[in-house]
Amino acid sequence: MSAHRSLINKLLLACVAMFAFGFALVPLYDVFCDITGINGKTDKVAAAAPDRIDRGREVTVEFLATHDPAVAVNFAPETARLRLNPGDLQTVSFVVENRTGEPIVTTAVPSVSPGEAARHFMKIECFCFQEQPLAPGERKAMPVQFYVDPELPARFKNLTLSYRLYRSVGQSASR
Amino acid sequence: MSDTTHHGPPTGIRRWLFTTNHKDIGTLYLVFSLVMLFVGGAMAMIIRLELFQPGLQFVNPEFFNQMTTLHALVMVFGMIMPAFAGFANWMVPLMIGAPDMALPRLNNFSFWILPFAALMLVSTLFMPGGGPASGWTLYPPLVLQTGDAFPFVIFSVHLLGISSILAAINIIVTIMNMRTPDMPLLKMPLFVWTWLITAYLLILVMPVLAGAVTMLFTDQFFGTSFFQAAGGGDPVLFQHIFWFFGHPEVYIIILPSFGIISQIIPTFSRKPLFGHDSMVYATASIAFLSCIVWAHHMFTVGMPLAGQLYFMLSTMLIAIPTGVKIFNWTATMWRGSLSFETPMLFAIAFLFLFTFGGFSGVMMALTPADIQYHDSYFIVAHFHYVLVPGAMFAAIAGVYYWLPKWTGHMYDERLGKIHFWLSAISVNLTFFPQHFVGLAGMPRRIPDYALQFADLNAFMSIGGFLFGLSQLLFLWGVVRCMRGIGDKATDRVWEGAQGLEWEVPSPAPYHTFDTPPVVK
Repeated sequence: MSAHRSLINKLLLACVAMFAFGFALVPLYDVFCDITGINGKTDKVAAAAPDRIDRGREVTVEFLATHDPAVAVNFAPETARLRLNPGDLQTVSFVVENRTGEPIVTTAVPSVSPGEAARHFMKIECFCFQEQPLAPGERKAMPVQFYVDPELPARFKNLTLSYRLYRSVGQSASR
Repeated sequence: MSDTTHHGPPTGIRRWLFTTNHKDIGTLYLVFSLVMLFVGGAMAMIIRLELFQPGLQFVNPEFFNQMTTLHALVMVFGMIMPAFAGFANWMVPLMIGAPDMALPRLNNFSFWILPFAALMLVSTLFMPGGGPASGWTLYPPLVLQTGDAFPFVIFSVHLLGISSILAAINIIVTIMNMRTPDMPLLKMPLFVWTWLITAYLLILVMPVLAGAVTMLFTDQFFGTSFFQAAGGGDPVLFQHIFWFFGHPEVYIIILPSFGIISQIIPTFSRKPLFGHDSMVYATASIAFLSCIVWAHHMFTVGMPLAGQLYFMLSTMLIAIPTGVKIFNWTATMWRGSLSFETPMLFAIAFLFLFTFGGFSGVMMALTPADIQYHDSYFIVAHFHYVLVPGAMFAAIAGVYYWLPKWTGHMYDERLGKIHFWLSAISVNLTFFPQHFVGLAGMPRRIPDYALQFADLNAFMSIGGFLFGLSQLLFLWGVVRCMRGIGDKATDRVWEGAQGLEWEVPSPAPYHTFDTPPVVK
């Protein structure tokens, strides 16, 4: 029986370890994506200002805005696309209008495509860094100030910055 | 082995509720699996009925999606996995010369979880908001829209997982510790080997599934944001965790089938299995590779080139150990003295049609091609080829092969052959055209479709109904043997049968191998 018991204990331990591993995949996933920069996530904190402008080439940046269909808002960029030099600081506004008839707090989740270029998309100021409260019927232009890192590999000529607007999580329970 | 050392089993329902006998529990698993085959099959019939014509005739789209979801969950967790657990319970102790499973009470518990878990799963259909309609992959955010049934779905997946994990622990301990003394690991029959490896896979990945559905649960009810973008989570993360479980899961289903086929083909070829040891190594390689290829299920989420290449090439690598198996089975048959009883017919059909499904799998490993095939009927054709004429035919072959040993009565050979031919033909009528409609662009999991697919869908539905009805012949054949109708089976049953399970009388006595047998 002792041979049984020690094997059973090992196998049970393996089960518990694999259950924990399932949860460990959550931070591992973020760390992996952070190191390799492959899933289009941009930094959640402000980047430093650019130190130079690369006049030698131009990159096209397109802007997209979508929102959770469960939240009645209008949400769109003021500019559809820009051509700019890497290192050139630009500001683009996204306009949001609250049509829900009640005060809401929104969160915008950014994503850059192609994903591998996300680490070269530098945001100095962004409305996505904070939650945005909106009064009923309020219409607000929310700026994002950014530049494209001059270190961006030459194979990337078009970048897309997209935001998806949600109610912030603290509010979704009351939905 | 005399009756003086053992009291008989209790009678009536108490025998089955309290049994710790591996043969009784094996029977319970197999009967449960047969019931679930018809439950899941009925859902498939509803799906094919609705798809018989374009437009909506019989069910609404919401219910249709609940059918596709529950059909898959019932067939995977309720039918095929318990079927193989039943085979393991019956055959592993008999094949390694052990008196019973190592942990008999745990064995009883891991079976009796199942009917309650399955009942809970199927009962979700009758709850407000209906059953889960997200597909068996339970992707968020879609699955979070499930109504009142959501926690019941999560808990039934937990219960089914616990049952499998406990069974896996039991099987590993039995195989590692209870073999008759002169059976070293590499002398074990291949069915035992495949189950040993499968059990390790179960322990490796079922807890990860439990973790994934637990995260869904806390996302829904406790305000966590594992998979909700609004709170900083990522729905793609769920797909990674799910398929980390999901891909090994497909091998959890197919490896025991490989084991059964590896027992049957040598018997009816009257030759030992060609390349026994290479079969063991191939099985282990497949199990290892299955754990590192998961993202080929999700090429379309957007992955960098390096990721696509890695998952494409490692997936294709699996074709090599699988090819070793296919060639070894073929070599076993080569110049064998073949006879074609029903188990052998199903085994040969397995060999052909599983290989077919394997080839469409290699096609889909190609990332650029997969992006076209993704979520089309092509993938439906692929996995049904590996699961129905693959895993399920292997289970049916195993039932015909060992039924005389279990019941002491031969099945009706003519009935078995009719069942085989109807099944083998209708399974192709059902699933072969799905390749074409898939390539032409018919998406999966929809109740309605473009008119150009109408003819082939009607054709597939007729094939599906025929396949479903054919399984009633199987039920009849099995019930006949269980009720003692049919010729008495000899101890060896098959002329070419080798192995310890054929040394005991037919039907196998309630207690066998009280003293370890000698392996010749």
